[in-house]
Amino acid sequence: MTAPRAGRSGDGRKGGHRPGGEELAVPPAEFRSYYGRAVLKAPVWKYDIPAYLFTGGLAAGSSLVAAGADLTGRSVLRRAARAASLGAVGVSTYFLINDLGRPERFYNMLRVAKPTSPMSMGSWILAAFGPAAGIAAVAELAGALPHRGVLGLARRLLPTAGRAAGLAAAAAAPALATYTAVLLADTAVPSWHEARRVLPFAFAGGALASGAGAGLMAAPVSETAPLRRLAVAGAALELAAVHAAENDLGLLSEPYQTGRPGRLLRLARTLTAAGAIGAVAGRRSRILSILSGAALLGGSLATRFGVYEAGVASAKDPKYTVVPQRARLGAGRPAGAAPKDTGAHQQG
Amino acid sequence: MSSFYGPLDPAPDAGYADPPPRKGFFTDTSVCIGCKACEVACKEWNAIPADGYNLLGQSYDNTGGLTANSWRAVEFIEQPLASGQRSAPFAGAPTGPSASATSAVLAARTGQDTGTEPGIEPAPDPTAAAPAAEPQFLGMPGIDLPGRIDDPDGVRRTDFRWLMMSNVCKHCTHAACLDVCPTGSLFRTEFGTVVVQEDICNGCGYCIPACPYGVIDRREEDGRAWKCTLCYDRLGAGQTPACAQACPTQSIQYGDLDELRVRAQERVDRLHEVGVGEARLYGHDPEDGVGGDGAFFLLLDEPEVYGLPPDPVVTTRDLPSMWKTAGVAAAGMVALVAAAFVRGPR
Repeated sequence: MTAPRAGRSGDGRKGGHRPGGEELAVPPAEFRSYYGRAVLKAPVWKYDIPAYLFTGGLAAGSSLVAAGADLTGRSVLRRAARAASLGAVGVSTYFLINDLGRPERFYNMLRVAKPTSPMSMGSWILAAFGPAAGIAAVAELAGALPHRGVLGLARRLLPTAGRAAGLAAAAAAPALATYTAVLLADTAVPSWHEARRVLPFAFAGGALASGAGAGLMAAPVSETAPLRRLAVAGAALELAAVHAAENDLGLLSEPYQTGRPGRLLRLARTLTAAGAIGAVAGRRSRILSILSGAALLGGSLATRFGVYEAGVASAKDPKYTVVPQRARLGAGRPAGAAPKDTGAHQQG
Repeated sequence: MSSFYGPLDPAPDAGYADPPPRKGFFTDTSVCIGCKACEVACKEWNAIPADGYNLLGQSYDNTGGLTANSWRAVEFIEQPLASGQRSAPFAGAPTGPSASATSAVLAARTGQDTGTEPGIEPAPDPTAAAPAAEPQFLGMPGIDLPGRIDDPDGVRRTDFRWLMMSNVCKHCTHAACLDVCPTGSLFRTEFGTVVVQEDICNGCGYCIPACPYGVIDRREEDGRAWKCTLCYDRLGAGQTPACAQACPTQSIQYGDLDELRVRAQERVDRLHEVGVGEARLYGHDPEDGVGGDGAFFLLLDEPEVYGLPPDPVVTTRDLPSMWKTAGVAAAGMVALVAAAFVRGPR
């Protein structure tokens, strides 16, 4: 007699078709578990963290747009993008501190600099980016200062300081936009870790698309030609990378396709694609530009929440931990035998 | 910088000049009687808050798993399966379906407020805990031994065994929680163990999804991460950790890791000799995905039956390649912005 299994996937999982309606390439998984409970602990982060993934990307994208506008003489766009960047980085800082279990100890983040901790690296990136973005934005107030006296001196110096700070912020921006992908991937959360090769591109694309989107909403159509190109490029990168996460990870793609994260990512795809198309189509229409910008921002926001929630779902179900690891053992290539960063792909 | 991967001695790797031998636990589940003395001793010594009086309906495990408030957790697994010596003690016992499938489904539906987060959550799919079974009254506590009597409905029970295991932090050679901690609160001790400094931890929560075993957890009332310290304070005074000291059957053995590994191999060989073919070691191998565990186990079934990952790997093994990928994506951002602004009309 075959022993009944202590816990295997139940009949609740009719493989192939899910309520979401997608056809899955993966057959229903059989596995054993401790009363069906999760092996891993899911992240305890609140909605501050996926929200920060978005605002951090927006801050990074906006500061790159601001630098481009500054160097090409688009002053309205520069002013708007610098303001968006400072606003987004300010909100980001709030989210990050608010999410701590001990917010009053946030400064312990700057106690060490640890390359093995993406969160430590991110804290230092933010510490470099934030003040630079702040100076760049404050420099926009130079025109409101009097011509004489100490403030008059500030009026003459601020634009130069603003340009230097804006370029410094733009230099830190790509790191700010992409380290968060490493932060998620550098966990035991199956669907994040397995997506480690695509998440940085998803977040880089999303940062560009949202930076372009914010600029499209704020600046006149005469200054936004580069933003339309940037919107299309960023949206394409974001869509392609998320598509890869949704389809190329075997069993671990399932959380990206099903349930609430699946719905969020489908919404994100619609918004991002509509925003990119609208950005090109609306090159003479202020209204259409604003709508496109909003769609790009919404798409980027929904992508971050979708990716975040897919990871949480994958950590809460023991299937996503046990089945790929069993497959790895069954194929005779346990983690210990694998050379660095190979053999872990497509385990599901 | 310390290595991300492969076998090594963690204390010298962390910079200790002349550390004592690496200390650890060998938890031999074949002699565990499920008395929970380890849980009680751990709570007492480390002054861990209570997690309430709860009935999980999960066999006799009402702790549910490791949390910020349970650093040792005794698991009970009911299996309708004879143990290694299946003949003598079970001769004449009834056969047929056991109650354990239904109890498993009931158990999987039960969550528990442990005062920690995420703590012990109900199973996402309760039916995954057992093959097709309707929920029904568990019948516990009862007078008769489970598996010894027939069900009133005429359903006959099978031979039956309990697996019991005292789970604990693994004190990995390559500890992901320690690697990702942004404040330096988690550190490697001179004994090769991994400990949280509660005066440094700011509750960022990164260690929690980083752990491949789901061990470390956050305490709601104070917002910080907590886990087994392998009784760092007792070790420093030359004492045995509280759980090992309290264990009445020497299921939990404490000592120099090298010696424990030899002892464990002798034990598993002995069990194989007497016919317990399912005995196996878990976490003992320095060549595994976390470089071997400081706290390892002798199990009587597959690791996932005990809620352990069958092939864990430290996530930071892939960190260098992840930073490289992020670098490529970051460079791509600069290139796209430059291309967008440089070319074309205003």
